[in-house]
Amino acid sequence: MRAFTKHTGLVAPLDRANVDTDQIIPKQFLKSIKRTGFGPNLFDEWRYLDEGYPGQDHTSRPLNPDFVLNQPRYQGASVLLARENFGCGSSREHAPWALDEYGFRAVLASSFADIFFNNSFKNGLLPIVLNEEDIDDLFKQAEAEEGYQLTVDLQAQTVTRPDGKSYSFEIDAFRKHCLLNGLDDIGLTLQDADAIRAFEEKHRQAQPWLFDAIK
Amino acid sequence: MSAKTLYDKLWDSHLVKQRDDGSALLYIDRHLLHEVTSPQAFEGLRLADRKPWRIDANLATPDHNVPTINRAAGVAGIDDLVSKLQVTTLDDNCKDFGILEFQMTDRRQGIVHVVGPEQGATLPGMTIVCGDSHTATHGAFGALAHGIGTSEVEHVLATQCLVAKKMKNMLVQVDGELGFGVTAKDIVLAVIGKIGTAGGNGHAIEFAGSAIRGLSMEGRMTVCNMAIEAGARVGLVACDEKTVAYVKDRPYAPKGGDWDKAVAAWQDLVSDADAVFDTVVELDAAQIKPQVSWGTSPEMVVAIDAKVPNPARETDAVKRSGYQRALQYMGLEADQPITSIKLDRVFIGSCTNSRIEDLRAAAVVAKGRRVANTVKQAMVVPGSGLVKEQAEREGLDVIFKAAGFEWRDPGCSMCLAMNPDRLQPGEHCASTSNRNFEGRQGNGGRTHLVSPAMAAAAAIAGHFVDVRDMLTEEASA
Repeated sequence: MRAFTKHTGLVAPLDRANVDTDQIIPKQFLKSIKRTGFGPNLFDEWRYLDEGYPGQDHTSRPLNPDFVLNQPRYQGASVLLARENFGCGSSREHAPWALDEYGFRAVLASSFADIFFNNSFKNGLLPIVLNEEDIDDLFKQAEAEEGYQLTVDLQAQTVTRPDGKSYSFEIDAFRKHCLLNGLDDIGLTLQDADAIRAFEEKHRQAQPWLFDAIK
Repeated sequence: MSAKTLYDKLWDSHLVKQRDDGSALLYIDRHLLHEVTSPQAFEGLRLADRKPWRIDANLATPDHNVPTINRAAGVAGIDDLVSKLQVTTLDDNCKDFGILEFQMTDRRQGIVHVVGPEQGATLPGMTIVCGDSHTATHGAFGALAHGIGTSEVEHVLATQCLVAKKMKNMLVQVDGELGFGVTAKDIVLAVIGKIGTAGGNGHAIEFAGSAIRGLSMEGRMTVCNMAIEAGARVGLVACDEKTVAYVKDRPYAPKGGDWDKAVAAWQDLVSDADAVFDTVVELDAAQIKPQVSWGTSPEMVVAIDAKVPNPARETDAVKRSGYQRALQYMGLEADQPITSIKLDRVFIGSCTNSRIEDLRAAAVVAKGRRVANTVKQAMVVPGSGLVKEQAEREGLDVIFKAAGFEWRDPGCSMCLAMNPDRLQPGEHCASTSNRNFEGRQGNGGRTHLVSPAMAAAAAIAGHFVDVRDMLTEEASA
């Protein structure tokens, strides 16, 4: 996994609550057996005026001029500003894959859906929770000022505005450690293989019916 | 020792290691797999030269992409080449890694959340994960079950564990008697309407109370299935005699002496009487009416006798603009009666409502009636091959077909339209599925979430109608 330390980038404000994973990456693109190729279809139904399908040449598709990410001033955005319950719905990890591939490194919202939040960390995409008033302020600033950038410092756990004001955010120590160092979860867990085996043996003795039924 | 909730007990009994940084390793007993969220995980295993930790913990079946006609053709019957590749990739991966899979032509194939319980692969007291958010369904058995992403699918395959953090406890207490014609689906839609789609974020929800106890296992699965639509990854119902009776003699359920030991162990799968929940929500079952969603989020739901909300009366600005956008997308007017919404298609199926009890409830309404000629398509998609067989033994297929419903083969189908079953832009659908998000059932499609009986009634009337009126007519005729 790619590490996340500090990032400064252009902010795109997506002013909707409850943005669901079906919007982030519609189901027809989930048929892929690869981990890549989802960026052009991020927010497909909002971004394009035609219906998207896998394998399409996206460069010739008609763009929806009203959609925020299509506005010239937000080209190259790498920080997504969103409202409450971002990423609700399905468990598809294709959602953070698509956001990451589009170029987003961090998403700021007043709350996130649990599975999306968890999936993001596995992919070097940093979801940051700030309170509603702060998110509101950031929406006002990002919309008012063209070229508005924020700096996210994971080590310091801060988001800093161009005017120097900064907000602190919370993050679990384990997730922070993995993200800062770009660590693979599986490798870390396998360091505890002996503990897993010991637990498993005890578990098998207590509840043998949980084992070997399916072959 | 202090009192524990059911969730606390399940967590404690599967805790391999609590790390100093607050994360924990949780042991996973059962891992269900389907074709959409697993290919990249198997690929990850191969790239790192890793093997599955415990083959017998896994069970796979294709469900999202499978067509619901011409099942005898197997994979060759999938016209969409991208879908076909995803299904053959699951077949190949299961073969390569030695994982049991119910393939497309297997009579046990079906929606993974119908198949698990039906086979006894879902047992009380287990931890169960699957790369699908509706894994919450299995919590109906007093099991700790939730959806995971593809990285976690790979992690569970490789380590039999999940890196987890303990959730908070929420109790949703539904007491009283459900009214005639009101179902498990109406309970859970009413809960989501009350607490919102983010209401359960960060929580495991235990559904309790006399109305929940009174539900069949199928009904409890419907309720737990939609916990995720209230934001909670986990839905739970305590184990009782109904749970045990459902599990008994299922193919992978414990047998002989193990059965008695298991049933004894399962008696503890209840929250202690004095357990403390972080959040408590109470509903009076008697007050719940048949529910219909009107918008593009499951929390946008009202009773059948209500009207579409008017955004002008909403004080919160973010919510108001969400309502306006939803009305526009859905092609509805503020203050329009729900019963005035006309339907183009009707879908009875999905991991929420495709079990035998759901099909029976719809058949009661369909019997001796006809789908309105303004409805282009009304389809019934059983949750598994075995549900389909049972329904046919009971003659439900004959009732549906006589009424003008299509009788299909099992799969996720029009719940998320990854297979050919889908809405056309602008079409309204009465659907027994779980999500009414924009485009969920097809680009531009308009989904209304309802119970199976309400979907069948809407198919007959051509618009939403209170199924209680329809059934009362029958009783008095």
